[in-house]
Amino acid sequence: MAAIPAIQTLTRTWQRPAGIIGWLSQVNHKAVATRFVVTALVFFVLAGIGALTMRVQLAQPNLNVLTPNAYNQLFTMHGTTMMFLFAIPVLEGVGMYLVPLMIGARDMAFPRLNAFGYWVFLLAGVSLYISPFFGNAPDGGWFNYPPLTSEDYSPGIGIDFWTTSITFLEIAALVAAVELIVTIFKLRAPGMSLNRVPLFVWAILVTSFMIVFAMPTVMLASVFLALDRMIGTHFFDVAAGGDPLLWQHLFWIFGHPEVYIILVPALGIISTIVSTFARRPNAAYTLVVLSLVSIGFLSFGLWVHHMFTTGLPWLGMSFFAAASMMVTLPSGIQVFSWIATLWGTRPRLATPMLWILGFFFIFVLGGISGVMVGSIPFDEQVHDTYFVVAHFHYVLIGGAVFPLFGGIYYWFPKVTGRLLSGTLGKWSFWLTFIGFNTTFLPMHLTGFWGMPRRYYTYPTELGVGDLNLLSTVGAFLVATGFGLTFVNMFASFRNGAEAGPNPWGAGTLEWSVPSPPPPYNFQVIPAVDNRFPLWGPAQRGPAPDVGTAAVSGVALEPEAERRVTAGTELLDADLDAKLVLAGPSIWPLLLAIAVGTIFLGALVSLWFVPVGAVLSYIAAIGWLWPRKTEWDE
Amino acid sequence: MNRWGMSTQQRRAYERVRGGRSFGAGAKAAVLGLVLAIAGFAFTVRLGRAETSVLDPAGPRAARIAELWWVMFALGIAVFVVVMGLLLVAIFRGKRGSDTEERGPFTGTGFVALGGAVIPFLILMIVFGATLWTLIALAEPEGPPGLTIEVAGHQFWWEVRYPDQDVVTANEIHIPTGQPVELKLIGADVIHSLWVPQLSGKLDLIPGKTNTLWLEADEPGEYRGQCAEFCGIQHAHMAFLVIAQPPNEFAEWLDAQREPSDEPAPDSVVERGEQIFLGSACVYCHTVRGTNASGELGPDLTHLASRRTLAAGTLENNLGNLAGWIVDPQSIKPGNKMPATNLGSEELQDLLAYLMSLR
Repeated sequence: MAAIPAIQTLTRTWQRPAGIIGWLSQVNHKAVATRFVVTALVFFVLAGIGALTMRVQLAQPNLNVLTPNAYNQLFTMHGTTMMFLFAIPVLEGVGMYLVPLMIGARDMAFPRLNAFGYWVFLLAGVSLYISPFFGNAPDGGWFNYPPLTSEDYSPGIGIDFWTTSITFLEIAALVAAVELIVTIFKLRAPGMSLNRVPLFVWAILVTSFMIVFAMPTVMLASVFLALDRMIGTHFFDVAAGGDPLLWQHLFWIFGHPEVYIILVPALGIISTIVSTFARRPNAAYTLVVLSLVSIGFLSFGLWVHHMFTTGLPWLGMSFFAAASMMVTLPSGIQVFSWIATLWGTRPRLATPMLWILGFFFIFVLGGISGVMVGSIPFDEQVHDTYFVVAHFHYVLIGGAVFPLFGGIYYWFPKVTGRLLSGTLGKWSFWLTFIGFNTTFLPMHLTGFWGMPRRYYTYPTELGVGDLNLLSTVGAFLVATGFGLTFVNMFASFRNGAEAGPNPWGAGTLEWSVPSPPPPYNFQVIPAVDNRFPLWGPAQRGPAPDVGTAAVSGVALEPEAERRVTAGTELLDADLDAKLVLAGPSIWPLLLAIAVGTIFLGALVSLWFVPVGAVLSYIAAIGWLWPRKTEWDE
Repeated sequence: MNRWGMSTQQRRAYERVRGGRSFGAGAKAAVLGLVLAIAGFAFTVRLGRAETSVLDPAGPRAARIAELWWVMFALGIAVFVVVMGLLLVAIFRGKRGSDTEERGPFTGTGFVALGGAVIPFLILMIVFGATLWTLIALAEPEGPPGLTIEVAGHQFWWEVRYPDQDVVTANEIHIPTGQPVELKLIGADVIHSLWVPQLSGKLDLIPGKTNTLWLEADEPGEYRGQCAEFCGIQHAHMAFLVIAQPPNEFAEWLDAQREPSDEPAPDSVVERGEQIFLGSACVYCHTVRGTNASGELGPDLTHLASRRTLAAGTLENNLGNLAGWIVDPQSIKPGNKMPATNLGSEELQDLLAYLMSLR
């Protein structure tokens, strides 16, 4: 074992260059991940404000707070933002931050790709939000069904913004997924064999594979639609032999896995928090991993349940109904693993745990209504009504946002070195929890009483005015609840109590390093021989005297100030190679702008497509241009 | 340093963060709030007067689905109570800080597999069985449908044709009670979806594809329906009525609708109104059988005055509403395809008199 590298050398090698160019060249996974999370939270707030505005419009029958046009743009942007610009980026960001720390790596496998992904995400997100200044925002729903979104029925530029931005944006999701997979497969600490990988990392791995297979179909579909609109192809044009149902198939082959892409990382967050607060390893680890993987597979066989009312043959649909119900089983495994883990432990009900308990309540309800909508005849009644709105908010807010907020309370101390206020956290949780149920529980009934989705107003005689008013009141409670957590984050960032390296007594590697972690993460790459390296002998509670330096491992001295980390074998994580990771570079940003020229330039003139392609080629050369030191070897 | 690897100061801060050991007073208030919210919800439910509810079926199709719902609802409540009960027991029983070995029996792989997969599988078999049972029952009506109606979805109104009876109307589907009728659903522009909650689940109207739906009403009555697939700016104002009539009344209605419009009496207000109508842009979009007006973009007006509503369920059909609709349709239903008509007040009165004569 080599000598332990000096902190000064490590810091010098891993810190980002100074100045604004240095900031734009930053590739470190923690910095990029923080940018992902913060940007995604900004989009979350924007989409939330949109939701509140819609709730005001719907508070009573026949209100005129919003014009129908404004309402249609708002619900389109709300859905598109929440699904594409919030949920996936925020969870990928959390994954990017935590995965290297949890597996004992100093950075992601391709740090520059990481930065490139962020810039693409930022450009695509901003382009969606500037669309109103060029005419109108997209107004065809986040599902964007043709023929309504064809040139004939939506001549404005809004839909073009949607098709190009979404295609462009998914590049970001794809590169992040590819690099998370490689990082998890090849950069794990020596000894972290696949059966010792933390459940959160497993969840991110499954999610990343799902992204790799799901995103290309939505990119394909939106390119088809863009071609239909811009150069007059006929993919979805019935008059010329096209088929609007082709869009629905392509969209939902992406769209249903998308829901699980959002859910699965959240399951990983919950498993992590539950084991920490139960102070014991997760029950039935192997079953839980297998169930995560099977969610990944099953989620690609469910898409037709979004099309139960399109008149497909019922025998064919019944297979998809069966698959939709089957996917409950791996989720059930997760829930019972958490119950078994918590059993008899009297867990501390700290703020992260509260959000997890809130998750249980909401997610189980959402799962139950999910089985219901998987039943074809019942779905024919509630499809595209507020019952479904209630169902998927239960699953997505309960299933992803509650765990995410639990995760914020849990990992904020690691990221900033400061604890969040528990009092504010409890207020935030209870307001959100009560507000959520006040908003969405009545919506089941609103749907039963005949209110379809995507209605900018409704007649008095439908009798759903009171229910809608209740939902509107609840929505403001939810907003206040979430807002308190943001206040908490701002306040605690400067003035929170010092967290120390391991405030929760957790067992995974990210808690072995100082808070906030240094740019190189680990002074010594740790060696791992069980699932909770910071805890005592496996299957026991936390061992005494676990300090920062107690984890022994592989010392990797930076060579000629290059960024090195351990490369290990896929299955057993035997030490395999010393890997040199790429350092800071401005080219990822330039490449993102060049690729953006292809997609966003196409909105102005198709001539930008070849121009952008040439620029991208130049930027890629710049990116890959060998540094002098690398020639030496 | 204690066993968490924290200094005393950090430990205190941590105690502050994680709060007390029970939910605390604030939490109790919050639970009370939740109970109040649910009570308020229940109160609202009692007060509510839903005109069209899935849970108040008026035909065999919707009744079957409502039965399926109650089965699933009962199972769902049972599952929810059991899972939440287990969770609460898991959290609140047991000794704090006890060792792994002392933590009770339900912690192994067997428990997780049984509770998480095996038992849910059995419950899902019941749900899936009930689903297939209902699905088969809904696939075909008990007897052959006696009547076929073509319904075409337009932005933002419904065209209703009785091809065998040679009748055309709009935004109203008249059916005889006690017998299944077959609806052929035609997508005319974008995708729409036809939904009458009290009679049937919804089915889409998709360009290039004709879907078939049968429905049946047990009792005479008016059942509100509406578009359920987002179809553009006025998706929210695309309602219709299914009007179920005893078979003899229905036959009379068909006979009346089959007639062309009456010839107006010479030199009457109605006749002046007809001249205004025929001389205006109205005829490019609307048909009145028995006259030269034969536009096909908008609803057939031959028996306009016999219909319950205007603008696809947006307004009650009366003189005042009709006047408002003709003069300024864009403020009533912004973005619909009907342009405003610029008429002097006398001309408008004549036109209204004519239109209201189209019974």
